[in-house]
Amino acid sequence: MIILWTDALIFLLIAVMLLLGFYLRGKEYIKRPMQQIARSKTGMMSLTVLIFFVVVGLLDSIHFKPPEGHGNEIISALDYWATPLREHSEKTYSAPFAVYLYSKEMMTLPDGTEQWGYPRLQFGGAHLADPETEHLPDILEKAFYGWLQGAGLVVFFMVLLVSLLREPHKRFIVSPTAKAVWAVVFLVVSVNYMLVYLSAYYHVFGTDKVGEDVFYQAIKSIRTGLVIGTLTTLVMLPMALVFGIMAGFFRGWVDDVIQYVYTTLNSIPSVLLIAASILMVQVYMAAHEEKFTSVIVRADMRLLFLCLILGVTSWTGLCRLLRAETLKLREMEYVQAAQAMGVRRRVILLRHILPNVMHIVLISVVLDFSSLVLAEAVLSYINIGVDPTTYSWGNMINGARLEMAREPVVWWSLTASFIFMFALVLAANLFADTVRDAFDPRRGAYE
Amino acid sequence: MIQYIIRRVLYAFPLLMGVNILTFVLFFIVNSPDDMARMQLGQKHVTEQAVENWKQQRGYDLPLLWNSKAEGKEKLTQTIFYQKSAGLFLFRFGISDSDRRNIAADIQQRMWPSLAVALPTLIVGLLVNITFALIMVLFRNSYLEHAGVVLCVILMSVSSLFYIIGGQFLIGKLLRLVPISGYEGGFSALKFLILPVLIGVFSAIGANVRWYRTLFLEEVEKDYVRTARAKGLSETRTLFRHVLKNAMLPILTGVVVVLPTLFMGSLIMESFFSIPGLGSYTIDAINSQDFAIVRAMVFLGSVLYVIGLLLTDISYTLVDPRVRLS
Repeated sequence: MIILWTDALIFLLIAVMLLLGFYLRGKEYIKRPMQQIARSKTGMMSLTVLIFFVVVGLLDSIHFKPPEGHGNEIISALDYWATPLREHSEKTYSAPFAVYLYSKEMMTLPDGTEQWGYPRLQFGGAHLADPETEHLPDILEKAFYGWLQGAGLVVFFMVLLVSLLREPHKRFIVSPTAKAVWAVVFLVVSVNYMLVYLSAYYHVFGTDKVGEDVFYQAIKSIRTGLVIGTLTTLVMLPMALVFGIMAGFFRGWVDDVIQYVYTTLNSIPSVLLIAASILMVQVYMAAHEEKFTSVIVRADMRLLFLCLILGVTSWTGLCRLLRAETLKLREMEYVQAAQAMGVRRRVILLRHILPNVMHIVLISVVLDFSSLVLAEAVLSYINIGVDPTTYSWGNMINGARLEMAREPVVWWSLTASFIFMFALVLAANLFADTVRDAFDPRRGAYE
Repeated sequence: MIQYIIRRVLYAFPLLMGVNILTFVLFFIVNSPDDMARMQLGQKHVTEQAVENWKQQRGYDLPLLWNSKAEGKEKLTQTIFYQKSAGLFLFRFGISDSDRRNIAADIQQRMWPSLAVALPTLIVGLLVNITFALIMVLFRNSYLEHAGVVLCVILMSVSSLFYIIGGQFLIGKLLRLVPISGYEGGFSALKFLILPVLIGVFSAIGANVRWYRTLFLEEVEKDYVRTARAKGLSETRTLFRHVLKNAMLPILTGVVVVLPTLFMGSLIMESFFSIPGLGSYTIDAINSQDFAIVRAMVFLGSVLYVIGLLLTDISYTLVDPRVRLS
C-alpha cells in the first residue's frame, strides 16, 4: 500500500470528523439541528447521493502497486476493480454504445482486399457477430439484465433489513424520509449497476481522443472534485477559526493586524493569486525534478498545492464572519459573567465562544464545497488547476470543448462530465441549504 | 467628507504595499530569476550564458534588495525590488518577459474590450435578476415561487463552462444567429458582444436571483412594510416603492465594489469568445508563463479593488444618511 499526500490528508480529515462527531455526540445544541436535517427529505436524499460519491472517492484513495505491475505504476482500489474498463482502450473516438470507430481508416478485409471504412471497435460490442441486427436488442437486453441485478441487490438488502429490524427501529424503513432515501438508493444503485454491467461489453459514454473510456474518466474525476472540495476546507478552517476568533476576542492591535492581512489577501483577485502561485509551483517543480519521480506523485503534489492555495485565498470570508460573530459574543452576558468570575481566557474561548460560532463554520463549509468543485473546472480550463494528467471534470471539459466543432459532434465527454458534476454539485447545494436551514438560528426561529 | 476620503486613500497605501511585498516574495524569493529563466528557455541544455543574457535583457540581473556595488542612492534603486516592484506604484509596468512588449500600452489598449463585455453584462444582469427576484417575492408562498427556487438551485449547479459551450453551440453553431467568437472595434463589435453578454447574464442568474430574493424577503418581514400595507397600498406598490428602495442598499454597494474591476474582464469569457481584453491577456500570460504580465495584473487588480472599496464607503454615506463618517 502506498499513501500519497492527499490520501493521508483525506484519512486525517475522516479521523478529525469522526473525533468531532464523537465529541459532539449527545450535545443538545447539535442534536436539534441534526434531527431537523434527518427529518428533511431533500436533505437526506442529497446526503445519500453525496455518500455514494464519497465511497467512490475513498475507494479511489487507497493506492498500491499492482501485484503484476511493472515499474512505477501506482493504482487505486477503484482502478483494480475497474481494470477491464481501464484497459479496454480503443484507437480514438467512438460514440457511446458504438461498435464502429468514429473515424474511417484503411482496413484489410479477410479476403485480402483493402477498403476505406469504419473499422469495428476492439472492445466495444466485440461479442456481436452481426452488429446491424443484434446491436440494439443486445444493448436493451444487457441493460435490462444489469438493471435487474442491481435492483435485485437493493431489494434483497431491504428485505433483509425489514426482517432484522425490531419494531422501534422500523422507522428507518417506513418513515416518509426513509422511503425517499431508499428510493434514491434504489435508483442510484440499479442505474450504476446497469452502467457497470454494460461497461463490460460497450463504452457507455464512448471513448475520447486517445481511445480511453469516458465513463472511467468521469468516475476517476470524482476523487479530484471531492479532494478539492474537502481538503481546501481542511487547510482554510484552522486559519479562519484561529484568526477570526482572535481578532474578535482580543481586539486592539491583534485585530488590526489580522484585518490588515485578510484585506490585503482579499484585494488580490483570487484567480490571479491562484495563477501566480501555480506558476511558482510549476517553476519549483521544474527546478526540483528529482523530487517528483512518478507521474502520479507529481500530479498529487500539484493537487495538494492547489488545495493549499485555494485555502489561502478562501479563508478570508469565513474569518471576517467569525470575527464579527465573536465581537458580538464577547459582549454577551454569559461571557461577561465568566470574565467577572475570573475564568481564564483560554477556557472562555474554548467553552463559550467556540461552540457558539460552530454553526457559522459548518454552514460555510458545506456552502463552499460546491463552489470549490465548480471552481476546479474553471481553473483547469485556464491551465492553473490540477495537473493535465490528473483525471478531473475540468480537464475533460477542456479536452472536449474543441471537439464541438467536429462533424459529427463529439458530445459524449462533455455530457459525461456534465452529468457527474451536476449530480455532485446539485446534491451538495441542496444539502447545504438543509444544513443552513437547520443551523442558522435566524431561520430556526420561524418554525 | 474630504478629510474622510483622504484618510481612506491613505489607508489604501499599506494595503497595496502588502500586495506588492507579497508578489515580490512570490515571484523573486520563492523562485529566483534563474529558475524563471530556465523555465522560459527550456529545462535542459541551457548554458549559463543564455540564462545571463535572458536576465540582462529583462533587467533581472540586479541584486534583490541591496546593491552593494552601486554608488549612493543607487544602492537602493539599482535593485530588482525598486525596479520591478516599487515601480508598480507609479504604474510603471515595464516590459513583458516573453516578447518584451510594453505592458502599460497593452493594458491601455485592451481594457476597453473588457469593459465592453463586462459593463453590459453587469447592467443587464442586474435588471434581469432584480426583476425575477421581485416576481418571486410578489408570488411568495405559491407554487410559482417554489418552482423558481428549485430552478435557481438547478441553474446554480451547472458549471459556467457548460453555459458557454452550450450557448456557443446552440446560438452560434446551430442557429447561426451571431458569430461564435471574435471581436472588431467600433459599432461592429455589437454582434460579437451579444452572445458573451447573454451567456454572462444567464450563467449568473441562479445564484443572484436567490441572493436578491433573500434580501427582499428580509425586508418584506419588516414593520414599515406592514404599515404600508395597513394604510392600504397595493402589494405591487409596497414592493416597488418601499421594499425595492430599501433592499437596493446592499445590492448597490455590492455593485459599486466590482465597478472598477470590470476593466479586468472575465478570464474564461474572453478566452472562449476570443475578445482581446485584459482577461484573455492574462490567460495568454499564464499560458506562456510570462511573469512580468501576471505580476502587473495582480497589482492592477488589487488597485482597482481598493478603489472599489473606497467608492463603496463613499456611496454608503451618499445613499444612507444614517451612516456617518467617522
